[in-house]
Amino acid sequence: MNHLPLIISREYFTKVRNKSFIVMTFLSPLIFVGIFALVAYLSSLNNDTVRTISVLDESGYFSNDFKSTPQLKYNLLSGVALQEAKTIAENAEIYGLLHIPKTQSLEQLADQITFYSEDSPSLSLMNDINDLLESKVNTLKLKEAGIDSETIKNLHINISANQETFQGKETSKLGSGLKLIFGGAAGYLLFMFIIIYGNMIMRSVIEEKTSRVIEVIISSVKPRTLLLGKIFGTTLAGITQFVVWVVLILVLMTVVTSVFGIDPSAGSPSQQVIENSVSGGTQQILQDVILEINNLPITNLVIMFILFFVGGYLLYASLYASVGAAVDSETDTQQFMMPILMPLILAVYVGFFTVIDNPHGTVSQVFSYIPFTSPVVMLMRIPFGVPLWQQIISVVILFATFIAMVWFAAKIYRVGILMYGKKPTYKEIFKWLKY
Amino acid sequence: MEKLLVVNNVSKTYGAYKALNNASIEVEKGSIFGLLGPNGAGKTTLIRIINQITMPDTGSVILDGEPLQPHHIKYIGYLPEERGLYKSMKVGEQVLYLAQLKGLSKQEAKKKIKYWFDRLEIGDWWDKKIQELSKGMAQKIQFVVTVLHDPKLLIFDEPFSGFDPINANLIKDEILHLRDNGATVIFSTHRMESVEEMCDHIALIHKSNKILDGKLLDIKRQYRSNTFEIGLITPNHTAATAALKEKFEVLPATFKSINNELQYKVQIPESVATNDFISYLTTLGQVTHFVELVPSASDIFIETIQKN
Repeated sequence: MNHLPLIISREYFTKVRNKSFIVMTFLSPLIFVGIFALVAYLSSLNNDTVRTISVLDESGYFSNDFKSTPQLKYNLLSGVALQEAKTIAENAEIYGLLHIPKTQSLEQLADQITFYSEDSPSLSLMNDINDLLESKVNTLKLKEAGIDSETIKNLHINISANQETFQGKETSKLGSGLKLIFGGAAGYLLFMFIIIYGNMIMRSVIEEKTSRVIEVIISSVKPRTLLLGKIFGTTLAGITQFVVWVVLILVLMTVVTSVFGIDPSAGSPSQQVIENSVSGGTQQILQDVILEINNLPITNLVIMFILFFVGGYLLYASLYASVGAAVDSETDTQQFMMPILMPLILAVYVGFFTVIDNPHGTVSQVFSYIPFTSPVVMLMRIPFGVPLWQQIISVVILFATFIAMVWFAAKIYRVGILMYGKKPTYKEIFKWLKY
Repeated sequence: MEKLLVVNNVSKTYGAYKALNNASIEVEKGSIFGLLGPNGAGKTTLIRIINQITMPDTGSVILDGEPLQPHHIKYIGYLPEERGLYKSMKVGEQVLYLAQLKGLSKQEAKKKIKYWFDRLEIGDWWDKKIQELSKGMAQKIQFVVTVLHDPKLLIFDEPFSGFDPINANLIKDEILHLRDNGATVIFSTHRMESVEEMCDHIALIHKSNKILDGKLLDIKRQYRSNTFEIGLITPNHTAATAALKEKFEVLPATFKSINNELQYKVQIPESVATNDFISYLTTLGQVTHFVELVPSASDIFIETIQKN
């Protein structure tokens, strides 16, 4: 008699038909998109305000350098004293006053430029102004030394060493970046998935105990079958919710952006400037990215991503299931939560600090075999090229550990039922394994 | 008689605690077997071993001639003392699910559910959730779940707790009906009057050991003490009392009576035949009351436990 499909379908349908589950499934994307729309709306409000800055340039060096933009207007003053200019600026309620005094030398000038404002000025604005002043003063200084700044600019050579493997494959910094993004995204996705749905599995395992239906169930099915059914059923429900979320968020985003006319790629003004300055290069960068993606071992990556994602999730799910098996109620689960999340956090840290530094070093290799960290660490290593046999060994270890974990959880579960109302300690759980 | 269940020298230890020590029972086909014992004696452990929830450390269990195997679960119906059902699941779906777990096909299960729901007049509960039902109603559902798959062996742990007298009677009649249709019943309870009424055979477990086992009537015979309750109308109470006390063990007794008579419990030696005793009594006065005091299940329970 195989009860597994029966248990899976019960777990799945009771989860999916649960009212709070349905509400969360449809509400979360709404909240998410709502927050996005709100942030986008607020930042567009911010962009609409025009700041005016008065410039009192007594030195006369900068007469042509302050160019107004839609968000920032420069108002050049002349023939007024500093005190008078300050009063005017204060009364006119403009953002600030930039005072450039007349000095003997450029060095003195650099020390004496002052920005007056009502409150502390915004950091990005000050950076913009400082950059502008600095480059102008530097140009003037070079001129003073008898060097044409244009000449210097023309003489400057950029170096970026070409990268190539011994097999003759071209690699690049951009490629390394992409590899990191891929590994990081995979690890992060797994992390999120485990945190969101791990608890659901734990609650589902406790369900039979709180409703006391456990003895009826356990006299009909083996604890292992029950736990497997719960893990798979809840996972399927989780995947269903996740897919609905992704689809809904995409649809809602499209609707929101078109209705409110927000362009999500339009960033802050400074970003626009950068984009404009490299507009000719955008096409080039896009081409490079596509080229680099083609350079990645795509088939290998996709297959391994699925295997490690599924395996990693199932392993952690079985850990949560063991906790559920050991306790009677959700309030008793606190003490067991930390040890579950620690290896996962460790994996992410190892991934971001060690793998980036040295993808094939000893530390990276060791952690890519340990089943609790391999889903994240190995996935981050694969784009940098890992021999297939290593990947296979790692996957096998991962799934074997999952099966062992379920066995372990079932063992705890079977004994745990006999101990109603007692909060178990680690020592006791270890003892239970021998029953 | 053929045995449906034979438990041979089963022991179970949890850590340092011995829950069951060399227990053996034999349950005849078509009988009602009372498994008795104080709280924590090891009854539930034995029941769980029969249900394959836990495995015995030593000893064996034989069901219908075969050593206990995983597929046997479909021949056993178990009503645990800890009752419970999935609270947010609908009654119909829930019973269907639990019946399928016991190996019934969906069609079979539906047919049987209809039969039982009609029989217990709970057909209109199908779409209700368990949390909307009263405790007694949920108990009825639980009873249906236990018997639905026509098990050969039914194990009831305190089946009447939570039922009002009407429903308790209903369930009792259903259990007897199932027995008449060929099911074998193991019955664990502290309610001695239902043991008295229903059980053919009892076993008493105390501190992990079986201390008493046999047909209820045999045990009663074994525990009889040849004590009779008598009522006598005599002209001279003192003389009659003295005469009785001279020959037998006499204890005071009180029972309801319309006569103003002498009331005594008298224990007679086994050598004296009952008829001779009655004849003797008639020489003392007019006999208005004569009953043999047969020990009740409750008496036997208390006496045996205290002796051990």
